[in-house]
Amino acid sequence: MLTALFFMLGLGLVCGVVLSVASKVFYVYEDPRIAEVESFTAGANCGGCGYAGCSAAAVAVVAGEAPPSVCIVAGPESAANIAAVMGVDPGTAEPLISYNTCRGGDRAEEKYYYMGIRSCRATAAMSGGERQCPVGCIGFGDCVTACAFNALKMGPHGYPVVDQIKCVGCGACEKACPKDIMQIKTMSQKLLHLNQYDDRIAPCQQTCPAEIDIPKYIHQIKIGDYEGAVNTIRERNPLLLACGRVCPHPCEDYCRRGLEDEAVSINQLKRFAADYEMKSGRRLTISCAPDTGKKIAVIGGGPAGLSCAFFLRRLGHGVTIFDAMPKLGGMIRYGIPEYRLPKEVLAWEIQGILDLGIEHKPNMMLGRDFDIGSLMAAGFDAVFLGIGAWKDYSLRVEGEDLKGCYTGINFLTNFAVWQQEKPNEPRPFVGKRCAVIGGGNTAIDCVRTLVRLGAQEVSIVYRRTRKEMPANMVEIEAAEHEGVKFTFLAAPTQVVGDEEGKVIGLEYQKMELGEPDASGRRRPVPIEGSETVMDIDMLITAIGQGPDVFFKDESKRLDKDLNITRWNTIDSKDPVALQSSIPYIFTGGDAATGADLVVSAIGGGRRAARSIHMYLTGKDVTPPQRTLFRNHIPVSIFESVPGITKLPRTKMPELPVEDRIKSFVEADLVISEEEALYESNRCLQCCLTCYDKDVA
Amino acid sequence: MGDYIILAISCILVNNILLAQYLGNCPFLGTSKKMETAVGMAMAVVFVLVLAGVITWLTETFFLKPFNMEFLRTVAFILVIASLVQFVEMFLKKSIPALYAGLGIFLPLITTNCAVMGVCLINIKEEYTFMQALVASFAYAVGFGLALILFAGVRERILLARVPKPLQDTSIGLVTAGMLSLAFFAFKGMV
Repeated sequence: MLTALFFMLGLGLVCGVVLSVASKVFYVYEDPRIAEVESFTAGANCGGCGYAGCSAAAVAVVAGEAPPSVCIVAGPESAANIAAVMGVDPGTAEPLISYNTCRGGDRAEEKYYYMGIRSCRATAAMSGGERQCPVGCIGFGDCVTACAFNALKMGPHGYPVVDQIKCVGCGACEKACPKDIMQIKTMSQKLLHLNQYDDRIAPCQQTCPAEIDIPKYIHQIKIGDYEGAVNTIRERNPLLLACGRVCPHPCEDYCRRGLEDEAVSINQLKRFAADYEMKSGRRLTISCAPDTGKKIAVIGGGPAGLSCAFFLRRLGHGVTIFDAMPKLGGMIRYGIPEYRLPKEVLAWEIQGILDLGIEHKPNMMLGRDFDIGSLMAAGFDAVFLGIGAWKDYSLRVEGEDLKGCYTGINFLTNFAVWQQEKPNEPRPFVGKRCAVIGGGNTAIDCVRTLVRLGAQEVSIVYRRTRKEMPANMVEIEAAEHEGVKFTFLAAPTQVVGDEEGKVIGLEYQKMELGEPDASGRRRPVPIEGSETVMDIDMLITAIGQGPDVFFKDESKRLDKDLNITRWNTIDSKDPVALQSSIPYIFTGGDAATGADLVVSAIGGGRRAARSIHMYLTGKDVTPPQRTLFRNHIPVSIFESVPGITKLPRTKMPELPVEDRIKSFVEADLVISEEEALYESNRCLQCCLTCYDKDVA
Repeated sequence: MGDYIILAISCILVNNILLAQYLGNCPFLGTSKKMETAVGMAMAVVFVLVLAGVITWLTETFFLKPFNMEFLRTVAFILVIASLVQFVEMFLKKSIPALYAGLGIFLPLITTNCAVMGVCLINIKEEYTFMQALVASFAYAVGFGLALILFAGVRERILLARVPKPLQDTSIGLVTAGMLSLAFFAFKGMV
């Protein structure tokens, strides 16, 4: 008995000594915080966090790969303790939440009748599942079984629904799903996502240059969750009030209902949601990721700059906007006239963005007041160049610098500055008989402004026909209603002046349409000897505009290496990455693309914000290989949409012509709540290949 | 040499530790759902079992027998094997980090595995010499790996089969394991 006891003691002693010596000899340095963090986890090794045991989770926390709230068993107190060890604020740590990315479910057509085991993984192994849709939900609920927290259940439409309050972001559903439909993401990861070829997205969302989840926000309007709709739009577009008014909605051209009926009035619904927030008088909270301590200079406070600043701020970076003008907004403040976008509305929207903690330095022009070198010296980590396209192209005909000749942007900006900032000074000159050369939105803005300023006769001179005009159709129609004359197939050849150097006429040559050119539009060909003179006392040329890159010559050092394209835009090799030839300088909006839509600039701002975030966190800025960017997923584009009952589209309410041409009061009005509900019901809630047939 | 080969065949196929002796059931059912996991587990078992077989044989021969303490065999082996695994884990972490990362969580998992313990006790019961004990431990471990990997392959296929609800998952796993065991029964007359 005693011998046995001594024997065991001896054996234990030997083992103990060997192990203690070994632990000394084989000691590997480990961050002491790992042990500390591990002591605050539950110690259950349950794997619910997605890591192989508590110590693996602790390693991930210390490596910055997992949030302090990683332990799903130990609860908020443990998260606070771990956060204290790591020296971060537990309240702002970004939680992972599960999202279902398929809206199709039962709607997707069946490929074959399946009688096997009711498991998604089993069906997926047989030609990707029994439903037609290549990427859609299979619907047997492997994710529901995998969820240990009862946060997932099979919804009524054959796809799982996440209870976001119960979800702890453990990722079990993501691992269980064979089709990658369940995805766990932080808010930042959602903000950074670019449309992919494998995404389950409707044609409208594929088309939107800002990639807004359109069916989702329309559904939220439909169920009365207007605040949810605003938040959905804000995940992609911070300027929803402005876009809701001025966007030419390319998305509606791809609306599936448009194939059989009139397209859903998507932009009206966006404006309805945006106006709802403004009228409610209460700003919705916009969440931001924890501060990263990085500083970014955004040069240019137009739609691209504001969008870039907004997303960078939400990703936790510090942002300062430098703008050449006294107030923010860029072209949407100084280019788009008051009657299309009231500046009070714009100011409210921009204030909401600045309230996130973005600094604004007005009257600071790149190349005049500062250059890139001085920004670097001030400690900025990256620069976004969103200087827009503010330089009008010149006509290159004789007499275009006579008195009474203006360029489009110049005219609109001068007038906007007078209207918004110097109303006491004399009004800029407006002629009696005015001609505007060009067929784009700038030209239309000029004529509609001139009408409101009391010009007696206003004409548009355009070298092709109405069909080829690049301006928005609604704008052209509105200009027609307001009494603007159109002279089509006319190419200016000379501006005629009197002895004092004042403009008195515009000589133009008549054209006819010939063969289609590279852009697919028929090329205008001049008719010999058809010169005609139009009597005018004011001429505005609005034939296009490009970025003004004078700062490159003014700059002392760093800007020299910046590549500029032959269209004066800033050269970024990849239109999605938007990184210039200097790695820490990024670009977006008109400065990168040449004059384009507001919504394109907003999308560009977000893409640049993504690249800057990647650059600052030491990751590759190259976008994922399957990035959709302005393309469409072929399988989602239909020839016809069977089973649709026609329902008329809600008409845009607008002020009567006689009222609106006298003032700069907003011409287009917002739709009512009933109209919004009706219109949201017209949406087919499309996913990649399926849609609601019996919606109405 | 021939004896060793016969011993190895007997340990791998005829007296397969999983399917003939039915030891080590928990990892057999727990880590056989995915081929990847099964392979990792099999590797870890080979590694630990060879070391454990050797060290327990030494313990028996040089400590327990001389002092007539054979009745303490089980408890002594548990202590020795547990210390050994801890020691090996520390050693690998310092010296061969690549292998440590590969075996990962499986190493501590098999500390008190009944298959490991069983093989060590069998080695003593059969009164093997040192070399025999070494070969037998290795062969048993290979047999364990063979059975585990076979079983994982079968279970991956079962996912695609129509299984009645009450029999799903572990139940069908045990039924399949039984059939595999019957198949291995055919090796009985070989040695």
